[in-house]
Order: sequence, then C-alpha cells, then structure tokens
Amino acid sequence: MINPEKSCKSCPIMDPDTDIGGPLHKFPATNHSAIAGARSDDQLTRRRAFDTILTSYWKPAYKYIRLKWQANNEDAKDLTQGFFANAFEKNHFAAYDASKASFQTFLRTCLDGFVANERKAGRRLKRGGDMEQYQLDFATAENELVASDLSPEDYFHREWVRWMFTIAVEALRQRCEETGRTIHFQLFERYDLRDDKDVSYASLAKEFGLEPATVNNYLAAVRRDFRGVVLEKLREITATDEEFRTETRSLLGVEVK
Amino acid sequence: MKWLSDDKLNYLRTVVANPDFSSTKYTFIKELARGGMGTVYLAEDRELNRLVAIKVLNTPEMTEDLRNRMVREAQIIARLEHPGIVPVHDVGTLPDGRVFYAMKFVRGSRLDEYAAVNDSIRDRLRKFQAVCDAVAFAHAHGVIHRDLKPQNIMIGSFGEVLVLDWGVAKILGGHGDGERGRHGDCHPVSPSPHLRVSTRDGTIIGTRDYMSPEQARGEIDQLDERADVYSLGAVLHFLLKDQPKPGKAAEAICSKARANAKEDRYSSASELSADIGRLLDAEPVSAYQESAIEKASRWVSKNRFLVLLVLAYLLMRIFFVFTSRP
Repeated sequence: MINPEKSCKSCPIMDPDTDIGGPLHKFPATNHSAIAGARSDDQLTRRRAFDTILTSYWKPAYKYIRLKWQANNEDAKDLTQGFFANAFEKNHFAAYDASKASFQTFLRTCLDGFVANERKAGRRLKRGGDMEQYQLDFATAENELVASDLSPEDYFHREWVRWMFTIAVEALRQRCEETGRTIHFQLFERYDLRDDKDVSYASLAKEFGLEPATVNNYLAAVRRDFRGVVLEKLREITATDEEFRTETRSLLGVEVK
Repeated sequence: MKWLSDDKLNYLRTVVANPDFSSTKYTFIKELARGGMGTVYLAEDRELNRLVAIKVLNTPEMTEDLRNRMVREAQIIARLEHPGIVPVHDVGTLPDGRVFYAMKFVRGSRLDEYAAVNDSIRDRLRKFQAVCDAVAFAHAHGVIHRDLKPQNIMIGSFGEVLVLDWGVAKILGGHGDGERGRHGDCHPVSPSPHLRVSTRDGTIIGTRDYMSPEQARGEIDQLDERADVYSLGAVLHFLLKDQPKPGKAAEAICSKARANAKEDRYSSASELSADIGRLLDAEPVSAYQESAIEKASRWVSKNRFLVLLVLAYLLMRIFFVFTSRP
C-alpha cells in the first residue's frame, strides 16, 4: 500500500497554499465517516456506523482468519461473528487513532488480538447464546477462497479492495434502478463487468437498440457514477481527510495482484 | 453479488482512476507517469490525429479554486513559447470536474537516462546549457520553475532539450497577470495533492536533492531566480559526478551555482549559461581564477593546431640550422 507521507526524495513538496489539504483548501469535512460515527454518544448513530464497518470488513476478516489463522470454516464464522459482536459491545472502534495507522490496519490488528486471545483461552465461540448474530453470507465467502502467495496482511488488503468494489457495484446497481437508469447499469454490466471479450460498443448498440454514441455517453455517465460511489464508500470507512486521500491513492494508484 | 476476479478488479480500478475523456477530442491510451502534481496520460487527438500528453490533477475532489489554479498553470506554460519548454496545446475540464491540459508528447529520454548512456562531458554540457537557456527564458518572463531536476528534463529524439513539469512554478512580482500572492511578491500557479513540510517561515517546495537552502528552509518570500540557479547547479553536479576529471573550471561553476548563500551564486540562469559556453569554448570562466600555468595550459589546449604548427616550424628551423652547418 502506498504511503504518501513516507519520506520521498524525488517527490515534490508543496506549500500550503498549493496543497489540497492545506489550511485554506481543505477537503470538505468527513460528514459521513462511520469511523467518526463509532465514537458518537448516540446509540442509533453508533449502530449505523457499526453496520457500515461490519458490511465493509466482515468478508475480508473472515477470509483473513481462514488464511492466516488456518481456522476451519466453522471456527472462522464464529470468530468473525465474535469479533464484530465484541467490538460493538465494547465499542472498540471508538478507540481508533487516525494518527497512528489506517483504520484498516487498526481493525486487522484488533482482529489478530481477538483471535489470539480466543485461541489462548482455548475458547470456541458458540453461535447462538447471548452473542449477537449477524446475517452474513459465509457460504459465498467460503466459495471465493483461493490459494494465495501473498502475505496475510497483503491478502487482507487485497480482499478488502475486492470487497469494496463489489459493494460499490451493488450500490451502483441500486442507484441506477432508483433513478430509472436501469439501461445504464445494464450497459456497465455487459461491457465493464463482462467476461466476454467480444462485446463492443457497436454490438451493445445493436443489442440495446441504441446509437453507438449513446452507448458511449451512457457508459461514460455510469462510470462517473461508479467513481462517485467508490469514493463515497471510501469516505464512509475512513476517519480523516488524510486517510481518505491515502486510501484513495492506495485503492486507485496501486496494481492489485 | 458477483465475485470480481483480479483482472476484473484491476480493470474496474482503471475505470475509476483513469480520466473520462469522452467529452473531449482525445482518446485515452495509457498512463505515462504519476507525480506529486498530477498524472500524465498518453492520448490521441482525434481531430489532428496526433499523440499528446495530457496532465490531469491527482485528486478525487476538485474545488473551484484548484480548477482555476490548474488553468492558470496551463496558461502560464502556454505563454512560455520557447523551443526548450514543452508547449501546451489545449486546456479543458473533464466531466468529473478535473482540469486537464494537453501538451506536446515528447519522445525521447529523461536527462538522467540520457546521462546513463552518454558519458561525453561536452555533450552533457551542451544539453545543460540548453536547459539553462530555457530556464533563463522563463526567468525573463518572470517565472521560476522551483523543481528543476534531471527527471524533469527531456532529451527529444532529435537531441532537443525540453524542460517539463512547471507544476510548482511561481510568477515573480511585476510579471504575469498582475496578481500578487500571499507570500510576498510571488505566488504559486498550481496546487499539489500531497507532501508538504511546514516550517516556521513558510513551507518547503521542490525536491530535496535539487533544492536551494532557502527553499529547503521554506523561505518562500526569499525565492527568486537564484533558487533555480541552485537547482541547475545540482543538475550540473549530477552530470559531472561520474566524470573522472571534469576540470577545475567545471567544478568551480558547479560550486558557484550551488553556493549556500544566494548572493554568492550566479545572479541568473543566463549568466550560468554564459559561463558554460565559455567553458565549452575553452575561454576563462567567471567562476574560477586561473593561475598563469593553468592559463597557458588552457591557451595551448584551445590553440592546439596553432601550437603544433609553430612547433613544427621551430623544429624545421632547428633542423635546417644543424643541417646547413658546414
């Protein structure tokens, strides 16, 4: 993951009046940050924030436990459920300090600590009982597991990126449906999410009864929307403007392998 | 929800990261370089059927102020019409609000890549002199570059020298469009998405190895043409450092350009260029006071043919003197 704050001799360094994050040209405040919401005194706000964090991280967390901790699928399910239930109950995410690490690193460290403690105590968290249970599609997550030669940390990051984009595609679909632009999403799905490499703008135009220029315009518009959705999702799960920028660069500026 | 393969994921990342040129006359081809200021892409101008380099700011969110600054940067570079300064063809706004400007696509190699395969000191000095001339032209138009380094200098396919990346340039007071910035009599022309080091008096701008001391201290008010002269000295140092015997005059030029106190440096890039010219012509340079022996040695070196002719004449005379004796 790129860390733009790392000392870099070949990187230009700017003055504040030319810097996007400078005192006079700050990004808009992170109003929708779930990380900020996790610190709220209001129970409902905290709940919503937690749901966002859970939605964004449960799948990479499950896969990470399976890979790094070599847990079987039943244990991995229980540990994932247990970790998030415990984090919500004890409000662990409110302790996050953006100056020390990214939220993703913080969450992964917490997860390691949780699993290590559970293993040390010889406990096996039982589903049911007093613990809150979340409706998570573990079966799909299990089917998506593939062997990887990445380090556990890189694997977690990669799976998080994959999951972020998957959520963003789903959000885009919902948005297009809500705004009566189903055809836009269908074009996006057929061209940008296609497995068939023979699909072209011309073939889509024929298939959908549109002019090729219209296909071009619709795709350009829906891609803009997709970009906006991805950035919105990132905003939700980063605590500060700096972290948002870092994650944006990480997500969009590094080859995911 | 459909599982995204690695290939699909990388493709979607490019869909999000790459600029949408659909409303312009350009067709996206590929990313060329990613820098502190923005990302440069290779694109095709469909109207003129030629390749161009398009710079787009690296920021997910663009304010009106940033947009204006990017446009100003393009306008300033466009105004610097010089064979050593990369020309700007066009400026515009992408559908997502980001500003872009299209520049000449320069085929060739960066100065550091050029130096890696060309160790002739004279060739390097000639290229360096061309860089000085381009910078001197910008200075004459009241613009200081502030980020001169081998990576920002291109040697084109025909040997032409082009200074790139005027992204952190500043207009000095009394020039440009008359605006005055918050930092005394100069102001920035463009934004930056990251990396800054605040100091007591200002903020550091540039690249550390090539940055003047006043720039490194963040004394924005104190920056003038001599900050670029220092950077040029650092570029010269880069070009000379692998030379076994660059010569005392060349070293003196380098030291004078890189003097810690700006008062001790060349007062302008054109003065530095003139000294490089004198060095190439084996003339005395202003940066170095020669001894009588060095002066004679330089004179001999410069007038080698004449010296050989005189020596040959003298040898012949001596030969005749000895052979004509009875």
